Amino acid sequence: MAFHIPEDYYYTKEHEWAQVDENIVTVGITEFAQDSLGEIVYVELPEEGQKITQGQTFGVVESVKAVSDLYAPVSGTVIEVNTSLGDDPSVLNDDPVNEGWLVRIEMDTEKELANLMRAPDYKKLIAEK
Amino acid sequence: MKKTPLAETHEKLGARMVDFAGWYMPVQYIGLREEHNNVRTNVGLFDVSHMGEVRVKGPKALETLEWLTTNDVSKLNDGEAQYSLLPNDQGGLVDDIIVYCLKKNEDYLVCVNASNKDKDFAWMTKHNKGADMTDESDLWGQIAIQGPKALELCHRVLGMKVGEMKPFTVQHGQFQNHKIMVATTGYTGEKGCEVFVEAGGTVALWMALLEQGKDLGVMPIGLGARDTLRTEMKYSLYGHEIDDTTNPYEAGLGWVIKPAKKDFMGKNLIVGKKEAGLSRNLVGFKMLEKGIPRQGYSLFSFDNKEIGKVTSGTHSPTLDEPIGIAYIDLAQVKEGSEFLLDIRGRKVKAVVVKTPFVQK
Repeated sequence: MAFHIPEDYYYTKEHEWAQVDENIVTVGITEFAQDSLGEIVYVELPEEGQKITQGQTFGVVESVKAVSDLYAPVSGTVIEVNTSLGDDPSVLNDDPVNEGWLVRIEMDTEKELANLMRAPDYKKLIAEK
Repeated sequence: MKKTPLAETHEKLGARMVDFAGWYMPVQYIGLREEHNNVRTNVGLFDVSHMGEVRVKGPKALETLEWLTTNDVSKLNDGEAQYSLLPNDQGGLVDDIIVYCLKKNEDYLVCVNASNKDKDFAWMTKHNKGADMTDESDLWGQIAIQGPKALELCHRVLGMKVGEMKPFTVQHGQFQNHKIMVATTGYTGEKGCEVFVEAGGTVALWMALLEQGKDLGVMPIGLGARDTLRTEMKYSLYGHEIDDTTNPYEAGLGWVIKPAKKDFMGKNLIVGKKEAGLSRNLVGFKMLEKGIPRQGYSLFSFDNKEIGKVTSGTHSPTLDEPIGIAYIDLAQVKEGSEFLLDIRGRKVKAVVVKTPFVQK
């Protein structure tokens, strides 16, 4: 299956994406992640103002079948949460890399971006799955 | 990994394949929810060839099965089947099973869980009372056909009036040049049957059901939907609701235990615990606040005492809301009884409800 993997995003090995706009980072899950999970029915996200840490869990997505933790791509403060997902988590299946964004984070330091993958490496990772 | 005769067929149909108890099995084809709903509204096919079959024959067959199982095998006549349990000698369960009577007193087929097959066969052999016992699992493919349109599809493809068969009965038949046995059993709560077919005929039967059922909306169904369908009916799954430590009365399975009729393995321990007073019961529940129950989550009373554990939980595709099955202290088993469910450290309200969750 061909997944849409935007070239300008950063990626975690746990299948989150991060789109960086100066010090604001928008975070979501990849198409590969949503495809593996199947129909997503529940999302648990942090609240605005909450601090999150790179590599630590900051929320949960659940499909009918499974629970999956969300891992923070960078450390920082949550400044916006996509609350519409609470009413209709299926957006995460339909458009996970745009409309299905999860949170926006004010990043502590852009140095952490060096720990993330770029699109070519992420494509290699999922090709091995 | 072990493969059923249909492994390649599943791959061709685009299934996502997983390792299930050492078997290479389809977890889903087009999507769990769509497959689930198709079984509730049309008809679905399940490859259950991984299930084990143990043949128990000979003059000591009945005596052996009476000792090994909890239900009353002596009342089965030719062509009748019963849900039953294989108790261990510690008051718990080796497995849950279906016993098919092919010829009263002398020929029975026992269908067991795939994940337990080797353990069951070893156990049955060890405690055999002189029956001729064979593991026939490799000889049989098995296809479950379930849903409101299942009986029509079976009639079309098998030429048998499955709709006129009583529940929990079995009939011999023929598909092309392969022997089949058609049993009116299932694991979804829907009408339908489970067909044992000589392994070499499994693919041909599967393809015939798919092709001749197109206008009925037939669809292959993966293990994912099999689990949500059985959870909606509150059917037990070994490893979830029952295991080698489960007292079957606590699991709500007293209806398949017949201590007044016969002696059986572990009887004193199983019945003794009931007489001494059970401590918990298996119930169904729904959420009063957001969250989805999952196996292993703890239940708490409002004064913060742990009162139970979740055995199965999912988002019900039919009801479009979370449902769960749990063991809960006897004081709390009544319908309408509220409690707290610990979802990863967050305690949210839930309530005991009537089951099955989906009324059929």
